[in-house]
Formats: sequence, C-alpha cells, structure tokens
Amino acid sequence: MEHYWQEIGALTMRWVKRLSREKFSMLFTLVQPMLFWLIFFGNLFQRAADTQVTQAPNYISFLAAGVVVMTVLNNGLAGGVDLLFDKENGFLERLMSTPIHRSSVILSRFLFVMTITSLQVLVILGVAFLFDVHPATGLLGVATILLIGMMFGVGLTAISMAMAFSVKSHGDFFSVLGFLSLPMIFLSSALVPLVAMPGWMSFLAKFNPMTWVIDAVRPLILSGWSEALPHVGMVVIVMLVFDALCLYGGAKAFRRAMG
Amino acid sequence: MDRAIAIDVKQLCKSYERHKAVDDISFQVYAGEIFGLLGPNGAGKSTTLRTLITLLHPTSGSAAVFGHDTVREADTVRMLIGYVPQERAIDRFLTGREHLELLGALYHLSKTEAAKRIDELLTLVELNAHADRPAKTYSGGMKRKLDIACGLLPNPKILFLDEPTLGLDVQSRLRIWEYVRMLKTRGLTVVMTTNYLDEADQLCDRLAIIDGGKIKTLGSPAELKIALGGDIVSLTLKETDRTAGLEAVLKDQPAITSVRTTDKGLDIRVESPEKALPAILDSANRLGCNIEFIQYNRPRLDDVFIAHTGRAITESVPETGST
Repeated sequence: MEHYWQEIGALTMRWVKRLSREKFSMLFTLVQPMLFWLIFFGNLFQRAADTQVTQAPNYISFLAAGVVVMTVLNNGLAGGVDLLFDKENGFLERLMSTPIHRSSVILSRFLFVMTITSLQVLVILGVAFLFDVHPATGLLGVATILLIGMMFGVGLTAISMAMAFSVKSHGDFFSVLGFLSLPMIFLSSALVPLVAMPGWMSFLAKFNPMTWVIDAVRPLILSGWSEALPHVGMVVIVMLVFDALCLYGGAKAFRRAMG
Repeated sequence: MDRAIAIDVKQLCKSYERHKAVDDISFQVYAGEIFGLLGPNGAGKSTTLRTLITLLHPTSGSAAVFGHDTVREADTVRMLIGYVPQERAIDRFLTGREHLELLGALYHLSKTEAAKRIDELLTLVELNAHADRPAKTYSGGMKRKLDIACGLLPNPKILFLDEPTLGLDVQSRLRIWEYVRMLKTRGLTVVMTTNYLDEADQLCDRLAIIDGGKIKTLGSPAELKIALGGDIVSLTLKETDRTAGLEAVLKDQPAITSVRTTDKGLDIRVESPEKALPAILDSANRLGCNIEFIQYNRPRLDDVFIAHTGRAITESVPETGST
C-alpha cells in the first residue's frame, strides 16, 4: 500500500511539473477560454435571452452552471491526451516495465485532471461572483458542485483515456475529440433550457448525461437546497451508471493496449 | 558450455489476429553475456523483447527470466530487469535528474537511496553537468545516455536495449558500444535488438538471426561465420600448369576445409588462417609455384545473414503490420 502511494504520488507530480514548465500553458489553463463564454457570451445575450424562459434573474447567472459543466467536459475529454503522447513516444512502455501497480498511471491522471478541473471551476465561480452571481447554496453548495463535477469528469477522462489507448494516431484522437464536444454542449441545457429548445433537440438532450449534471448544478447556484436536492440525488445515480460504463470501457481498452 | 541461464524462451508464439509476429522460437541467454537479436524491421525482434520485459503476453509458449515466468511472476521479473526503449522515451519537460527520480519512486527506492544511485548513474553516463536542464535541450546522444541511465536505475541483472544506436551519429554509436561493453564487465547480462550487422558483430557474444518470426540461426559471430565454411584464401598463380599439383597437396592439410580450382589459381577455404597460411606458402614453395597474388577474405556477418535469410538485411521485408 505504501508503494502504491509512492507510485501515484511520483506520477501525479510528474503531471504537475510538466504543467508548471509550460508557462503559457499554465496561464491559459487557469485563465481558460471557458471564461470568455461566461464573460462575453453571458453578457452578450443579457438582453437577447428572455428571463421568463431561462427562469433566472439574468442570463449570466443562468449560463454559469453551463460554463462550469462545459469546463468539466473539456478537461475530461482532453484528459487522456498526455497518455496518448506517452504511448506514442514509448514513455508509457518504460513506466509499464517497472514493477508498479498497473493502475497507478491511470489513477495519477485522474487525480491530476480532477484537481485542475476543480481549480478551474473555482475560478469560473469566482469570476461569476464578480458579475453578481452568488451561489444560493453557499460554500457547501460550491463543494457539492465540485463533487458532481468530479463524478462527471471521471467518466469523461476514462472515455478520453480509452480513446488514447485505442486510436492509431493522435490525429484520429483530436478529430474525434473536436467532433464530440460541440454536440455535447448544444444538445444539453448549457446555453438554453430544454423547454425552449426545438422538440427534437430537447429530446436528444434528455439522453445527454451533461444535461443531468447541469440541471443539478444550476439550482445549486440559482435557487437553493430545497429545489436542488432532488436533482442532486438524481444526478448521483446517473453519474454512478455513467462512470461505471466509462470505467469498464476504459479498463478494457487499457488491457487490450497493454498486452 | 555449463553456464547460468539468465533467460529461457520456450516455443514462444505471438499472433496478432491472423499475423504471426513470433512463430515458435526457443533460445537461452547465458548470464553475463551480450546477446543480440538481429533481423530486419518487422522480423519479430521487438515482439520477442517486449514479451521478455513482461509488456506482452505470449499467445503460446513461455519465457522465463532467471527462472521467473514473465506472465505469472511479472512483478518479480520487473524487479530484475532494466529496459531502454527504442523510441527516445523522454519527457521533454522533465530534467534528466527528474526522470531518474520518477523511476526511483516507481522502483520504490527511498529518497536517500535514490539520490545516491542517481548521482552514480549521472557520473557514469557523463550527464552530471546537464542533469538539471529540461530534456528538450538534450542532443540525440545525450537523450540516449539518459535512456540508458534510466534503464540502469533499478540496478538490474539484465538490461534490455531495443535498437540502442538507431539514428545516432557515428561518435555517439561508438560511445554507446563502450557503455555496453563496460556494463558487461560489471557482470550485467545485456539483451539487445539491432538491425545493424556491424553492431551485432562488434558487440554481441552470441546472436540469433530472426526473420519472419523465426530464428534462422544462433551462435557467436565467429561461429556463424565459420559455419559458412571458414575464411577464403584466394591464390593467383603465375604458372597455372602447377595448379593441380598444389591442389592435391593442400587438400590433405589439417587446417584446410576445401580447395577449389579457379581460372587464375585456387580458392582455399580455411578453418584457422593462422595455421593455414604458413602451410599454403610452404607447400607452394616446395612445389616451386610462384604466387602472384594472395587475397584473404573473412566471411562477414552480411554473408551469414544472406545465407540464412536469402537476402541482405537492407532489403525491405514485405509489410507485416505490428512488430
């Protein structure tokens, strides 16, 4: 067990070191493009969006939950990229020829991605705060948001890693990634509530796990515990199923790639 | 030869879908030797190597490292081996020292133990001065040195090198060869793949020529060359009328395998040139044959390779997918 922690600790620190060496990348990781969605898109649609439809005091407060979950989505889907590069340049093989627990590499990646994602979510909630979006459920609500985000992120990162282990080239990886992320966003309640969508879109959006996540995060920010709790309960169940499926697929891809 | 066996491969097969990458190979590597797997790209060398380092499971057959099965006792095997991958498996953003520290943790060394070993290794591969620079600033040769230091970090009993000098300049190649020889003198067993004939010839105590997933021949470079029939001494004689007489005398000499008449003189296959050459000159003198020209050819490993695979190593193999 002590060995296990030593491995995971060292591997996680490697990701941290890598990030800290790339000054630009670190800057843009914290001041991420997702902030532009909140600041520009949020304010841009302030008057175009009907508060009767969004059921929120203003559009930016409606959008905040969406941007939080979009951040989780992007980080999760990109979570396997570094393992992909490790696979391609042989570093992964070097790690795997050492007497480490087979899961250490993967766990270190989860740990790193979840930490970065949580920091980013906090930055977004902080900026939203500056635009007068105060989470109705307070700090406990923020903690709940982080927890839900992590549950969603684990599944997404597992998908990303499964892809990293399965694709032939990183070109394939990035095209699938680019193809996945936009429909996931548009076919969810991130930008517009389901009731305001064309029927066929809202129908599809119901099957998008991201919708469930946003529907739990949004009342935590806008309404309060009484309205949020049933959604939170629901999303925990949905996420347990989602994560189980993704982890199963990820483990299968990993085993296939590793011998 | 009664020597300790470091690696024992028995009827190893590895298939990918319909393609057989490794097809029923068996061999042993003795402790303390440099053993080479020589073959063109796609021959099955890397697949064999990856099986030995526990990264691939055999489709059938088995491989054991110091008696430990590479599948059932993978963790024990991993503690005994060091691996230097074919690609420059370097993290551009980490420094040389950080690479070694990471591996130290993965081999469960304590901080002080790791620090001591890392200092030794950095000195050994002469990277001390560059240890704290990110690896992206390293030259190809320096990266290779770091690779080797990484492979040596666990203080392994066997070091596996996958194409150790692929793509290196001549100087760096010679350097790496020096390291490998030095490691041998320290008692390490070295297993390497290569598709350079000169590398196999210079470096390996014994080697297996692999082609199409099968071992074509196995032995020391000298044995393999001798097996072709020995070195050839070609005589050009001034008076060809005495050729037959000389041939008759030489045929019975102990150090000579065969004698063949050519249009200029004789082609003599010899077992040991040291013994054969004086005998040849002596006989020629006694018979009064005037020798115009002597040419001595030692079979090269190229000849061995061609004899066993039917083509030169540089000729490409039909594409077979995964290696």
